[in-house]
Amino acid sequence: MRISDKFSELKRKKEGALIAYICAGDPSPDATKEYVTALVRGGADIIELGLPFSDPTADGPTIQAGIERALNGGMNPDIYFRTVTSLKMHIPLVVMTYYNIIFKRGLEKFVKDCAASGISGIIVPDLPPEESGELAGFCKKNDVDLIFLVAPTTTDDRLKRILDEGKGFIYLVARLGVTGVRADVAASTRDIIKRVKTTTPKAVGFGISSGKQAAEIIQAGADGVIVGSAFVDIIASGKDVPARLEVLAKELKEAIS
Amino acid sequence: MIRELKSTKFGKYGGQFVPEVLMPALEELIEQYEKYKDDPVFNEELNYYLKDFAGRPSPLYHAKRLSKEYGVKIYLKREDLVHGGAHKINNTLGQALLARYMGKKRIIAETGAGQHGTACAMAGAAFGIKTEVYMGAKDTVRQRMNVLRMELMGTKVIPVKGGSQTLKDAINEAMRDWVANVETTHYLIGSVVGPHPFPTIVRDFQSVIGKEVRTQIMEKEGRFPDSIVACTGGGSNAMGIFHPFIEEDVDLFAVEAGGSGMKVTDKEALHSATLCTGEDGVLHGMRTKVLQNKYGQILESSSIAAGLDYAGVGPELAYLADIGRLKPCNSMDAEALDAFNDLCMLEGIIPALESSHAVAYVKKAATSGDLGDVVVINLSGRGDKDLETVMGLRK
Ligand SMILES: Cc1ncc(COP(=O)(O)O)c(C=O)c1O
Repeated sequence: MRISDKFSELKRKKEGALIAYICAGDPSPDATKEYVTALVRGGADIIELGLPFSDPTADGPTIQAGIERALNGGMNPDIYFRTVTSLKMHIPLVVMTYYNIIFKRGLEKFVKDCAASGISGIIVPDLPPEESGELAGFCKKNDVDLIFLVAPTTTDDRLKRILDEGKGFIYLVARLGVTGVRADVAASTRDIIKRVKTTTPKAVGFGISSGKQAAEIIQAGADGVIVGSAFVDIIASGKDVPARLEVLAKELKEAIS
Repeated sequence: MIRELKSTKFGKYGGQFVPEVLMPALEELIEQYEKYKDDPVFNEELNYYLKDFAGRPSPLYHAKRLSKEYGVKIYLKREDLVHGGAHKINNTLGQALLARYMGKKRIIAETGAGQHGTACAMAGAAFGIKTEVYMGAKDTVRQRMNVLRMELMGTKVIPVKGGSQTLKDAINEAMRDWVANVETTHYLIGSVVGPHPFPTIVRDFQSVIGKEVRTQIMEKEGRFPDSIVACTGGGSNAMGIFHPFIEEDVDLFAVEAGGSGMKVTDKEALHSATLCTGEDGVLHGMRTKVLQNKYGQILESSSIAAGLDYAGVGPELAYLADIGRLKPCNSMDAEALDAFNDLCMLEGIIPALESSHAVAYVKKAATSGDLGDVVVINLSGRGDKDLETVMGLRK
């Protein structure tokens, strides 16, 4: 399913989008299918499935630990694409990975593997628009959305360029810093939601963990929320994981519906 | 070969592969560096600190007994004699001063051997800027003396427990800190690595080494050397001495750490010879040669010398290697230790284990004729920090 179709559907239903992140292969390749299914059952609208990289500089301790578990569990790009194919998703799935993983596989092959396995979009936290030309070309050819991030530090000039080039949705980074759970909604988050004016859907990530935060962010004008560390925390605990993933997804989704 | 600051690449290498949060900071750094790099006031102040604080120029010393032993005329560029005991201070004074001109209130850095961290601590204290240094937990143990030195000068040392607990992980953590504090903090990268403009800025500040050699060797030999040999981790002492000779007829040798052998598994390499064996990749904001597995996961590197123990290398070196302007080579742990002993016994100089790799290569290559008649070795640092390692191995 296309990301834009999902957002249109939600707009009609007057719902915010819940985009749920977990790292594929955390803690083992087999677990991923069960966990994704639980998130979908709980109401996730889009799944952001991490493809682990050894040096995740944009991630905080929680997701770093998830990535390490995944790598130790044997996850790699070949298994990743096989897993995604077997998921037979009826909602959009986007891959989040670092550029070297894509680069090493070969940009064209990576994008083709995405298209063939049913992946709708690609998020690369260490790929600003300046370096993305070639990958964007392959994405366009294969009908896969290359999703860009906007940060609180992004200048107006840069913002214009990102909005011109961004596909699928615009990923608004809620605050300075790496991924990880925070308790509140920062003033900078409201500012950035207001600043980014575009017809492309806007989703906010970094630090969101509760229904209350999610609701505030949708009220402030975002079209979706991205929640990662809170789910990865549940996986880390190893206790009752599928059930608790579903409960949290449900709480978040209800708060933005 | 001289390139405008505006271009972010060296051939296909370099670039700016960083999170969006950092892009404006890199743009600001480019702008401010453009503004100050030829500014007379900035340069006067920098030169004052290089001379009266760091003790430059460093001597170019004709190592007579070593020359006789190895069979080639050897000059040592004595970076071991500058303040802190390594070339690192050239870069930290330059960048810390730049940070002060830019109004940054805080400096962060990564360190491997602890030499760059120590040089940051010195510059931070001298300029009154709060300084915090990330260091792999494993390195805080094997380079304990430098941790103590940093702490004495008021720098907070933060041990990094993730990953391999060495330099690569310290850089990851420093980048995460910078992402969170980019508005007030300057990330003082310690080598010619990272996103543009760092490789260029660090090379420029380190080029003082090569510029001095140009004058000194003319005084002593009346000509340029046939070859220059430098150890290469990230590549800052190498680029610093090479760069002023790029357009000259001088052979350049970048000596990497051969560790305990060229063996590689799915997760680690027994060496750190990135220019020699690495593959095109993207790490720490730059496209360069990288030690990685077939999926693009970065390998844990290995070397007896913490300062060379890095899975990446500066993009300009990768470029110069590809076009054949420098020759990548390597020395094994045991060869470096052997050269370390030679320098101690024959010259009364205790070199850093990093620099010992360069000396070891000259020992191997001298009789082949590849180095010519007159060789300059960049003696990038002194070995006091390595005594525990060396004595431990002798037992
Ligand atoms: C004495 C010495 N030489 C060399 C290096 C390697 O760094 P680079 O390759 O950037 O000169 C280090 C790094 O810590 C060092 O301390």
